[in-house]
Amino acid sequence: MLTTFVRIIKSGVTSFWRNKWLSSSAISMMSLAILGITSLLLVNVLINSLTANLEDKIDISVYFNLDASEDEILDARVDLVKLSEVRSAEYISTEEALKKFKDKHQDNNILMQSLDELDSNPLEASLNIKAQQASQYESIVGFFDQEKYSKIIDKINYLENKAVIARLTSITRSIRQIGLVILLVLAGLAVLVTFNTIRLTIYSSRKEIKVMKLVGASNWFAKGPFIVEGALYGVIAAIISLFVLYPFLWYLSPKITSYLPGTDLFYFFQANIIVLFLIQILVGVFLGTVSSLVAIRRYLDEA
Amino acid sequence: MIYFKKVSKAYPPNCLALNNINLTINDEEFVSIAGRSGAGKSTLIKLLIREELPSKGQVLWGDQDIGKLHNRDIPFWRRQIGMIFQDFRLLPNKTAYENIAFAMEVGGCTKVDIEKDVPQLLKLVSLINKENNFPHQLSGGEQQRVAIARALAHRPKVLVADEPTGNLDLLNTWEIIKLLMKINELKTIVILSTHDKDVINGIDRRVITLENGKIIKDDPKGKYILF
Repeated sequence: MLTTFVRIIKSGVTSFWRNKWLSSSAISMMSLAILGITSLLLVNVLINSLTANLEDKIDISVYFNLDASEDEILDARVDLVKLSEVRSAEYISTEEALKKFKDKHQDNNILMQSLDELDSNPLEASLNIKAQQASQYESIVGFFDQEKYSKIIDKINYLENKAVIARLTSITRSIRQIGLVILLVLAGLAVLVTFNTIRLTIYSSRKEIKVMKLVGASNWFAKGPFIVEGALYGVIAAIISLFVLYPFLWYLSPKITSYLPGTDLFYFFQANIIVLFLIQILVGVFLGTVSSLVAIRRYLDEA
Repeated sequence: MIYFKKVSKAYPPNCLALNNINLTINDEEFVSIAGRSGAGKSTLIKLLIREELPSKGQVLWGDQDIGKLHNRDIPFWRRQIGMIFQDFRLLPNKTAYENIAFAMEVGGCTKVDIEKDVPQLLKLVSLINKENNFPHQLSGGEQQRVAIARALAHRPKVLVADEPTGNLDLLNTWEIIKLLMKINELKTIVILSTHDKDVINGIDRRVITLENGKIIKDDPKGKYILF
């Protein structure tokens, strides 16, 4: 049993080496497939951080009447942050609001002059709220419907921003969904191409398989070496795609970061390099062995 | 002993390759099967090595019905038979030595046995100095000799040769035939299928002549008959 196993492996490795050209073409196809699948994974990471960025830009502000005291507002805030949907709630006092307004419009003389002519600060204090997910703003707004808040709240800008928020929510959702579909389709294509390449290499050996069977080889003895070869393709292809990906990301990642701040693909890659490599090897070996198994079946049946 | 009992083989849609064949081949016999292309020689051999199943009748080895063998037992049966073909059918990616060793490996022979037997077999077919050549580096006659050595590797009880000299010149043809006769002297049944008149006339052994799927002549010291 062990001897048979060793013989099958040895035979697979020898035939892998002797069919150098066939092996290298199969390996390059498979490297491309694995590279494709890994890049798609990385693109998915990018998409996630992109949508997270977008969602981070969404917020709502609750404006309080000028006569609402700071304590009342802060009490409301304490109750608010108890909601699980709320990620953050920043209190902006009337003074801060004025300061921000002045900073923002310091070049606009007319606005500044008219502001100076007012005796008091016309800007209201507000709570700047961010939700965990874009779809949760509705329920957060609902929180302020309570009787006790109606006296102190002037307006909530959600109602004005509602359309924009809904739009953004649906955009980020579609980006995620489309990304997933593209990932699945391309991964499927990569699998098909690899399968076909391996099928071709086995097709070129179909006479050999028949001869093996005629000489009295059992099914496993005949197909074993081809499966070993397929697995070898997978391992080598995984190593190659890792070595291709590393410098590629090292070069590309800073450029991506400059477009999409807050994403560092190269860092992500380095931090997860072992997991990624394991996934690649797993994908490679799985693709190689399963393709070989499926492709060889019909030639075994014929003999 | 090999028996063919009322064996017929039909291929769809309407080709009757063998028609009610009755045949006994004794131990240690050298049998030539003669006949034109399409007479049914190859079909007879395919039934024997269980590459095909008979449509009717039985093929027996002793009292074992070859047609009733379980799929997983077919490899064991094939290891009892050595096969030689017109187109040699060597494994192109293995050297002469490895081709012979492969036949022993599939039978589960030990490394020691393989290292002892393969050189002896190569010597038997006079190829000891070409053991590391790949098939494409050998002549037709040499390739057929490797094939014979491979067929003998698991010490078969029957050696079946399907037109083994069809691709060879006169000199190589006789070398192969002499080798087959030598193997027969070592008490192995040899079944030689051929349409070569000179070969059959030169052997002077039992000749079975097939025509349109039927045995038309079974002669213990036969000659090739022209029709």
